[in-house]
Amino acid sequence: MMKNTPHAPQPSSINRRQLLAAAGAASASLWLPAHAQTSAKLPRLVTLGGAITEVVYMLGAEGQLVGTDTTSLFPPAALQTPKVGYMRALSAEGLLSLKPDAVIGTTEAGPVVVLDQLRTAGVRVDLIEADHTWAEIQRKVQVVGRAAARVPQAQALQAKLDADWAAVQKEVADAVKSRGRKPKVLFILAHGASPQVAGGKTAADAMINFAGGINVMTVSNGFNGYRPMTAEAMAAAAPDFVLTSTQGVEAQGGLEKFWARPELALTPAFKKRALVQLDALELIGFGPRLPQTVRALCQQMVLA
Amino acid sequence: MTTSVAAAPNETARAEPHRRLQGKTVLWLGAALVLISLVTASAQGAYAIAPLDILKTLWAALFGGLDGSPEQLVFMNIRLPRLLLGVAAGAGLGLSGALMQGIFRNPLADPGLIGVSSGAALAAAATIVLGSSYFPELPRTIGSWPLVLMAFAGGMAVTLLIYMLSQSEGGTRISLMLLAGIAINALAGAGLGYLNFLATDEQLRNIQFWLLGSLGGGRWSAVLLVFSIVFVAITAGLFCARPLNAIALGEAQAALLGVDVERIKRRIVLVTAMAVGAITATTGIIGFVGLLAPHCIRLVAGPDHRIVLPGSAMLGAALVLLADAVARTIVQPAELPLGVLTAFVGVPFFLLLLRQFKGRV
Repeated sequence: MMKNTPHAPQPSSINRRQLLAAAGAASASLWLPAHAQTSAKLPRLVTLGGAITEVVYMLGAEGQLVGTDTTSLFPPAALQTPKVGYMRALSAEGLLSLKPDAVIGTTEAGPVVVLDQLRTAGVRVDLIEADHTWAEIQRKVQVVGRAAARVPQAQALQAKLDADWAAVQKEVADAVKSRGRKPKVLFILAHGASPQVAGGKTAADAMINFAGGINVMTVSNGFNGYRPMTAEAMAAAAPDFVLTSTQGVEAQGGLEKFWARPELALTPAFKKRALVQLDALELIGFGPRLPQTVRALCQQMVLA
Repeated sequence: MTTSVAAAPNETARAEPHRRLQGKTVLWLGAALVLISLVTASAQGAYAIAPLDILKTLWAALFGGLDGSPEQLVFMNIRLPRLLLGVAAGAGLGLSGALMQGIFRNPLADPGLIGVSSGAALAAAATIVLGSSYFPELPRTIGSWPLVLMAFAGGMAVTLLIYMLSQSEGGTRISLMLLAGIAINALAGAGLGYLNFLATDEQLRNIQFWLLGSLGGGRWSAVLLVFSIVFVAITAGLFCARPLNAIALGEAQAALLGVDVERIKRRIVLVTAMAVGAITATTGIIGFVGLLAPHCIRLVAGPDHRIVLPGSAMLGAALVLLADAVARTIVQPAELPLGVLTAFVGVPFFLLLLRQFKGRV
């Protein structure tokens, strides 16, 4: 038993207690009261996906959170929760060791076999479909509210977010009208050595459209998903703005190095060094902070 | 390893720096090792289950009286099938490796050489990348079975292709098979590279995890399927031990000794393709076991295939069980890919043996 893994302080103490209880007890007789106790409490949750974890914190349900995945980076407290690994390579026994009542993730979570094993073990598995619309965020709030047994709080949060969203949409529409032209925006996913650009049907594409821009990679010869960035295609696309994540700029070694990439040298954005950078989870995570992010994005994409 | 490959099995006259272990001793030690690994691995896991409870659960499973407690559910539905899949996969890979090294008379041969792994990988990647766009509803209706079936079919198809390419007037030519295998594997690698290019980020991660192997897909249905195929393969494989000892002298010599070399080749290709195909389709690629296990056995017990074949199967099973126990627990509640650990656990062990018995290499 490797119980003292550095990032799993919470379950190890639980495990040890239960191990001792199980070893010391004659059998299940000592188990029953402990079980009755937990079922009276609020459901224990494991979240898979940064946005879903954020919703849990916004609902004030973090006390129920017993595990999160590697993409749950916000709020910083989420980093302290036990990490169940990457959401596509889950471990059934690892998840069950956290004794969750519900596992909430997106349809990207897997493998399928592990999810089936969780259901067999009586864990509620809620998977939320990602379609990059406002409805996706509404679904996240509702599903977390139901799974956490906090439906009234979820309805209140939903109403607040819907109002925010309506206001932001109006601001964006006004900005587009006053600017006269929608800026052409290039989203670069630059976390690795070979940066990729976002085509249609991506979270980045949806964010650009929300904020009153045009995803330059969907204009002519558009494609869906991500493709490697090439110098000629970028020059042909002629973006007014480059949009990327703060983490991406850091991964490239700072702004200077980022702009030094040869692929960008022939773009209009390069001449003005027109770059908007936002936190990756905020930008493409589709979480409850989306209205603020869209507002910030819209305000920064001012054509000179 | 030239000595064990080229030399006759019963070479007692040669001066040895260390004495070899008796064949029987090796097999008993192997069986004990599998048993110890099984017990050790069954007590390891993210979900804390006391050893006493495991015994009680097993007793209840055999004689009735499972009460459906969380511990019993976890052990019976998740950990036990996984352990058994580990035994079957390790044994199948170890045996196939020994068969391949025997028939190719080449110490670098491993089950991947006849294309079964690369074929399975190519088909699995194609299913991951193309399956979702052409058959979006399939995974929802029958779960992960399309991936398993496609990977198995891919492994079979590529093996058949390599087998057919290695036919000449005189029957199957092993040297042709070796070269055709290398060529077709390279081709499959290129296909995999192209699929990687087509894949979205999520698909790419899926392919990567598949290539690194995991016993996490161990459901009872899959376990029973793999177990029965590997059982048949081991039985059929063990009958090849004596002929392989003769083939170690050279194919012409073996033919003179009355061995139907052609039939043995066919049988070994079929057995390896079936076993490794079924294992790889369920677990992804588990590297190094097929290469290392036979060498380890040969180092301690000599090149007699009557010992090397069953010994490799046992050592393979123990290696996969222990590697998976580490994979399951070291980063809990998450999990490390198994393919990473078989190398991490297996290679130092192999190097240690190599230093110990360097006179024999």
